[in-house]
Amino acid sequence: MSDLQSSPSAAGKATDEAPVVATAGANASSAQASAERSFLPQSTLLRHLLVLLGSAVLAVALLELSTPYQNSQLATLTYYAIAAGGLTVLTGMNGQISLGHGALMAAGAYTTALLLDADEPLPLPVVLLASVLVAVAIGALVGVAAARLHGPYLAGATLALAVGLPGLAIYFHDIFGGEQGMRVRAPQAPEAFESFIDVVSGNNASSTKWLAYLGTICLLITYFFLANLVRSRIGRTWRAVRDQEVAAELAGINLGAWRVLAFVVSAAAAGLAGAVLALVVRLAAPSGFTLVLSLSLLTAIVLGGLGSLVGALLGSALLVFLPPFARDMGASFGLDQTEAAQVAPFVYGVVLIVVMIFVPAGFVGTIRLRRMNAKAKKAMAQAAADAAGRR
Amino acid sequence: MTVVAAATVASTLAACGGSDEGGGSSGGGENEASDTGVTETSIKLGAHYPLTGVAAPGYSEIPTGVKAYFDCLNKEGGVYDRTVEFIYKDDAYNPAQTSQVTNELVLNDEIFAMMSGLGTPTHSAVVDFLNDEGVPDLFVSSGSLMWGDDPETYPMSFGWQTDYESEGKIIGEYIANEFPDAKVGLFLQDDDFGEDGEAGIRQYIDDQIVAAERYTPGNTNVGPQIAALKAAGADFVVGFNVPSYTALSQLTALQLGYQPQWFYSNVGSDPNLVGGLLNRFSEGKVTDAALLDGALTTGYLPTVDMTDNPWITEFQRIWQECGGEGELTNYRVYGMSQAYTMTQALQAAGQNPTREGLVEAVEAVGGEWEGPVFAPFRYSEDSHMGTSGMTIERIVGNGSEEVQGVRVTDIGDAEIEEFDGEAATPPANAIPEEEAYEG
Repeated sequence: MSDLQSSPSAAGKATDEAPVVATAGANASSAQASAERSFLPQSTLLRHLLVLLGSAVLAVALLELSTPYQNSQLATLTYYAIAAGGLTVLTGMNGQISLGHGALMAAGAYTTALLLDADEPLPLPVVLLASVLVAVAIGALVGVAAARLHGPYLAGATLALAVGLPGLAIYFHDIFGGEQGMRVRAPQAPEAFESFIDVVSGNNASSTKWLAYLGTICLLITYFFLANLVRSRIGRTWRAVRDQEVAAELAGINLGAWRVLAFVVSAAAAGLAGAVLALVVRLAAPSGFTLVLSLSLLTAIVLGGLGSLVGALLGSALLVFLPPFARDMGASFGLDQTEAAQVAPFVYGVVLIVVMIFVPAGFVGTIRLRRMNAKAKKAMAQAAADAAGRR
Repeated sequence: MTVVAAATVASTLAACGGSDEGGGSSGGGENEASDTGVTETSIKLGAHYPLTGVAAPGYSEIPTGVKAYFDCLNKEGGVYDRTVEFIYKDDAYNPAQTSQVTNELVLNDEIFAMMSGLGTPTHSAVVDFLNDEGVPDLFVSSGSLMWGDDPETYPMSFGWQTDYESEGKIIGEYIANEFPDAKVGLFLQDDDFGEDGEAGIRQYIDDQIVAAERYTPGNTNVGPQIAALKAAGADFVVGFNVPSYTALSQLTALQLGYQPQWFYSNVGSDPNLVGGLLNRFSEGKVTDAALLDGALTTGYLPTVDMTDNPWITEFQRIWQECGGEGELTNYRVYGMSQAYTMTQALQAAGQNPTREGLVEAVEAVGGEWEGPVFAPFRYSEDSHMGTSGMTIERIVGNGSEEVQGVRVTDIGDAEIEEFDGEAATPPANAIPEEEAYEG
């Protein structure tokens, strides 16, 4: 845990060792790394487009080869991954911690619920966009406050958001449906989708499948944008702000403005995630956006490796697949279903602790650290050999 | 009704009286895998409950009761020689998780029907999905009107317990008759639970109500609400709240030196659970439910303290033989009673049940079923509401004594009437013997 705590609080101070271990996942700049030996093009945009295309093909294959239940699990994965992707950019790239992303998701979810509740609802892309915009507006407000805060104070401020915002839904229960929330009826799949599924696999184009595809499309688009953003000047500036506040300011970077921008981008992802959640769960209710949700997102990105989109995806997958796995394991050891259900959070906690002890930079971060170390050693050996040869 | 009766007779004749042993023996034909979740030898049911998290105390005991009942039923041959398999999963009272586990139950475990899914916000998240997929959604563990008052929208969903509005009406009438001079204050959960209850109660004592205070679930400070009730001069407080707020309101009133006559609706009044909560919230200063002594509440099921009630005797036996650790509690009685009704439904659905057949059978004959529940169900083609009646009881120690017999009513402006039926006695082994309904 020490790394998790030190990285955001260290963000504000000038430290000697700029790249903190915890955020190692954020630091591998694949632009140079892959330029050495890679079939991918040099241009970041082109390379990301190719990866996007490959991921899309992979996603379709995955969705068509899996069972309807696994489809529904993947739909769940998409909204966690979208939100975690946004959060990992904020925390890993920019060094700001947020315990309030659950509330930003709630903003997106309720916007979707309200807009789809109309007699003649707007087209779905417009609804999703509106959800993103509402979350952005709230994110900008919080971001302005957050830009002035560090470490525990920032955590506290965003915590207040996570606790307070869902409470508004209960206070204004005439508009937001109070405790039992607003039911969301996802629009029917377009005919093009049915014919597409028919051509690809001939499977039954159920509503579960449609929601899984919808989530996947949103996920791919989000990650495409985020990946481009973090490899651009903006991403580099965020990292500068994170690692060396004083140096960044000396270089002419307006710290506050860049922090607010990071919060806004992150909020946009959370808003979209909330909209997808509302569609997949078919409900926007305060009990769906408790503090537990915000904390789960944080654990997901820590497990995966702070700052890495792949890590966020992996961490989200763990959130979705580990509890049922642990529960079934418990049941197969002869526990009754109540006890087996209680095993799930326990196993999750154990995994979190084990990861923090043995791979403190998260899955992806640790792999990148290893690779960087290996490369550095090789370079050292090479340099030593060269020096020896010259002598 | 005559059509139904004739049909029942006809079906009995058709089955050559083969199913007269409580559906335990097979009828005329062979068992077939007649629908999803049904095999020749088993039938699969599923449910979601909060097994972990804040809502788990109490509620997590319900599925253990259901399971114990089905285990004992299976020992006696199950339903039409099929064992009933009951799968329940944890949703931690979070709708997003309810949606996940329901997907798992329906798409992965392929249950025949959902039974007893618990909670208003949680079940709201899956009611559309279940109805779209055509999965019977029987006996939802919540008193919201949503599952029963609109069968056209939700043809597969059925309520079970008394809805909060009918409960409010019965409470209102009782106060109007017995406490006509009381100045009544309402202590309400700020959602449909409190709203429905208030709507019911105001039908009878609108002019007696001096204050209506609402609390937001999750906010543990109810000082302002209780102080406002005291300031308004209410000497009779009716609470539509969950058990933890019964404990909180009692402790707050104790601090303020406020001693009205309390009346808690059924949901918030389990003396054992409230006693435990009082102990915890007061950090040991209040050790049991003695504060609740003399408070009024409602009932629609026998409770564990009624040791001479034949249903409780049978449920005690079932819990001894087929249950797990711990004592029989009112939550387990609730689960067993639901399992009893479910068994009636499965028997009525016939030897080779289909999902549509199950729903049709509950609509057609569910209103005639007798069981541990005090008053009949309201099931018909036009209503999927659960039981319609309640007693009024006074809490004494960890038990209660009846102060008004069962009275029945319905939602809207339906009259309240004395229930003239007899209390049902349990059949042998507490296994029902319903005839197959065949349209």
